[in-house]
Amino acid sequence: MKLIQKFGLILFLFGLGTFIIIPFLGSYSLNKELIIANTREIHQETLVEVLAPMYGQTYSSNFDFLGTFNEYFEGYNDELKAQSQWDDVIWDDYSFAFALASLESPVKDKPWLFLFLSIGLAVIGGLLYNLPKHQDEPDGIKNNGLFHSSQKNRGIVGMLTGSFLITFYIILYWFPAYLVNLVAMVSPMSELISGHPASQWFLYGLIYTLAIVVMGIRMFRKYRGNKYQQIRTASVMFFQTAFAFLIPEILVLLNQPYFDFKNIWPLDYDFFYDYQISAFLSSGGVGMFMLIWGILLIVVGVPTFTYFFGKRWYCSWVCGCGGLAETLGDPFRQLSDKSLKAWKYERYIIHGVLVLVVVMTTATIVNYFSGFSFLGNVTNQLHSFYGFAIGSTFAGVVGTGFYPFMGNRVWCRFGCPLAAYLGIVQRFKSRFRITTNGGQCISCGNCSTHCEMGIDVRAYAQKGQNIVRSSCVGCGICAAVCPRGVLKLENGSEENRINDFPILIGNDSVKLNV
Amino acid sequence: MSSNRHVVIIGNGIAGVTCARNLRKLDDKVRITLVSGESKYFFSRTALMYVYMGQMKFEHIQPYENWFWEKNRLELKEEWVKEIDYSSKQLVFQSGGNLVYDELVISVGSKPNKFGWPGQDLKGVQGLYSKQDLELMEETTQTGVSRAVITGGGLIGIEMAEMLMYKKIAVTFLVRESSFWGKILPKEESELVGRHMLEHHIDLRLESEVDEIIGDESGTVKAVRTKSGEEIACQFVGLTTGVSPNIDFLKGSELALNRGVKVNLNFQTNIPNVYSIGDCAEFDQAPGADRRVIEQIWYTGRMHGETLAYTLAGRPTAYKPGPLFNSAKFLDIEYQTYGNVPASWDSSQIDSFYWEHSGGKVAFRMLMDKSGNLVGINNFGFRLRHEFFDKALTDNWSGIKVISKLDQANFDTEFFAPYYIEIQKEFKKQFGGDFTISKPSFIQKLFGARV
Repeated sequence: MKLIQKFGLILFLFGLGTFIIIPFLGSYSLNKELIIANTREIHQETLVEVLAPMYGQTYSSNFDFLGTFNEYFEGYNDELKAQSQWDDVIWDDYSFAFALASLESPVKDKPWLFLFLSIGLAVIGGLLYNLPKHQDEPDGIKNNGLFHSSQKNRGIVGMLTGSFLITFYIILYWFPAYLVNLVAMVSPMSELISGHPASQWFLYGLIYTLAIVVMGIRMFRKYRGNKYQQIRTASVMFFQTAFAFLIPEILVLLNQPYFDFKNIWPLDYDFFYDYQISAFLSSGGVGMFMLIWGILLIVVGVPTFTYFFGKRWYCSWVCGCGGLAETLGDPFRQLSDKSLKAWKYERYIIHGVLVLVVVMTTATIVNYFSGFSFLGNVTNQLHSFYGFAIGSTFAGVVGTGFYPFMGNRVWCRFGCPLAAYLGIVQRFKSRFRITTNGGQCISCGNCSTHCEMGIDVRAYAQKGQNIVRSSCVGCGICAAVCPRGVLKLENGSEENRINDFPILIGNDSVKLNV
Repeated sequence: MSSNRHVVIIGNGIAGVTCARNLRKLDDKVRITLVSGESKYFFSRTALMYVYMGQMKFEHIQPYENWFWEKNRLELKEEWVKEIDYSSKQLVFQSGGNLVYDELVISVGSKPNKFGWPGQDLKGVQGLYSKQDLELMEETTQTGVSRAVITGGGLIGIEMAEMLMYKKIAVTFLVRESSFWGKILPKEESELVGRHMLEHHIDLRLESEVDEIIGDESGTVKAVRTKSGEEIACQFVGLTTGVSPNIDFLKGSELALNRGVKVNLNFQTNIPNVYSIGDCAEFDQAPGADRRVIEQIWYTGRMHGETLAYTLAGRPTAYKPGPLFNSAKFLDIEYQTYGNVPASWDSSQIDSFYWEHSGGKVAFRMLMDKSGNLVGINNFGFRLRHEFFDKALTDNWSGIKVISKLDQANFDTEFFAPYYIEIQKEFKKQFGGDFTISKPSFIQKLFGARV
């Protein structure tokens, strides 16, 4: 490792360390005014009274503050629940808003400084580490040492990385009140872009985008000399930065609904939720355009693009989940399970999620148009179940947190309902395939090992068969790592797309009656 | 044919395993046993280097999952064969057991050549062929090796150099010829590979040979003396001067041997019901005009296996390979070849067209006979389609026809530089010919894919 890379690594670790410490800084003090400012009108009176014992107190940590808050808040609710006074129970979660408002910390006072010291240093460190990579080596992809690496082969470093990611996701989704320092830190940046203070989702979006950019630059270095990988990586970096991060915030600045133009139902599972539809319908022409655009992508965009290019047009060129997997996740791609058994589970689980989301969405739409006489608020229960189990746990905690354990495409492979939909089109009606170059395969296994989707590419290549699989996201790494020039991503005629040669090209001994 | 006959295959490399798999597809009843002392499960020999370099684990270079063998009723016996009793049709194992066969296939592969150098059996001196060789190499190079000497300029040699470089071991490469792999590659290609080796800081010594391998008092290698008298201090020596059939254990029986196990084009030995395929078989005649009597490449092993399976299934089939093809990777540069391109040729019989990219890492050669027909091609640094050249060679296409359709032969992934256009231009310059040069596609223009 070069000196500058070591320096980069130190900066990165320092930034990461600061990021981890920040949530524990500062103190919290709540008063009546803050409660009134951050509470829905119907709850104001109650909360002002329930939380009165907290006034004038200074809590020195988020644990202390939130612990006390929950004691009073849940105490109030529990009493009502015990008396079955369900209508008076406060179901809203005010912990995040109160914690953010009560916070007094150096981070809140000097947000830009702390932003620089945490995320900023991590980004600079990451760049210093990645940019000089392979600089004095000839062009060529090196996967040397992957399985001798603790980080990349489920060693102790990998376990720590995975645990950190899992913990971060759990706190982000279910205990965001503990992260208010970090949210306050990025708030001025949010104000700059959208004119609104940050939520935990702005914090998440910012980190997510920066991870894709910094690790995308690592991709440029690692796959230098491979034009397909370069352009594809630039594409995911662009779509994440512009479409997923900046444009939705700018829409908010312009008083339009927050909307990611490249997110497609059923990955975007709340697209047809009643509050979304209401938002579209109440936002005039722009809202109507969003609604029609979203529906067109589902019914026209997906089948058309997938027919011509395979599902890669979305999964490894446009999608945000794919973007993170292809950049931050690239060092872990070899950890995906290639067994036939894993493939079997994969098909049950991913199509199960697709069925679930279709049923949920259909019920939601029917319910919406029947004026909620069809199922009442049962659809809300469905939504919260799906949001918890699939949207947060599967896609987030498992999807990213399990990178160092099960590879970088756990969600895309086992869970994503949009990938399932794209996959069905790709398998049955598409011009895309990975062509095998006649009899040139030497069964070395590089393609299968480095396939993030767990496809046993070699099983096809060594038989001279083209690879046509619903799960293939067309990342092109199998073709890139093949040492004998055997694999090529291609769009071509549907005729002979799926082929079977009992005898490989090059052996004229056996004449087959074809 | 008896339905419960037992086919025993000694050796579970690509030849033996392909034979077993194809036989099972053709005959559901026959009992098939694969015998190997090297490894219970089949692995890709060509991929051993990647295990050393941590690019894959050993399990990754096993092309079939472990349940595959039982599911297809291919019995695996992890034994070394001591001798074969052809009269009672049984194998005797080193462990003492035995196994009776009805039909026997000998596919025991090769062993690294050793040419009787003094010191060739010292500790730290080895070839690389088997799983055991890999394990030995991992063990001996674990610590205390700062320089290695590799002798023999071939494919295993350059793989070994790449492996050692991963462990940051400096490599001195002794090559007898005046250029790398000069017995196989024409001069320009050979120089291209040589330049690339230097770029990787391999100390390449051409026209240089081992005279003696010198050991220390513990019997471990400490230096190599070359024929020119230079002594190179080293702690590891790789012997990669080719391989030869692994037939020592077969010697002294009624089985006819020469350099390998002697077979006809149906892979039959002189003993009924005993066959031999792969690296260890030696044909009584060359199986094709440009073929050798001992074929030692992966692809031929596989074809031998495919073909013999038909004979064993009761459909006697002679081996008839199509146009030759091969491939390799020299560090970062991929190489493919279709048809016959020898290291040198008689220019009164053969015309050669050669194009090399200015960067010196991408090249294309095509040989044509005097009537202008395709004889063979080499390509370096880009990929060409097997199916295309198999057809071109089988149907006896002219060189001009090949070049004019070269865009269809391209096998590089999208957005890669369209080298075929430069090759077409250069061919037109050198040989003329009435064909249109391909235009870059819209996508290629859009993303600036230029040569």
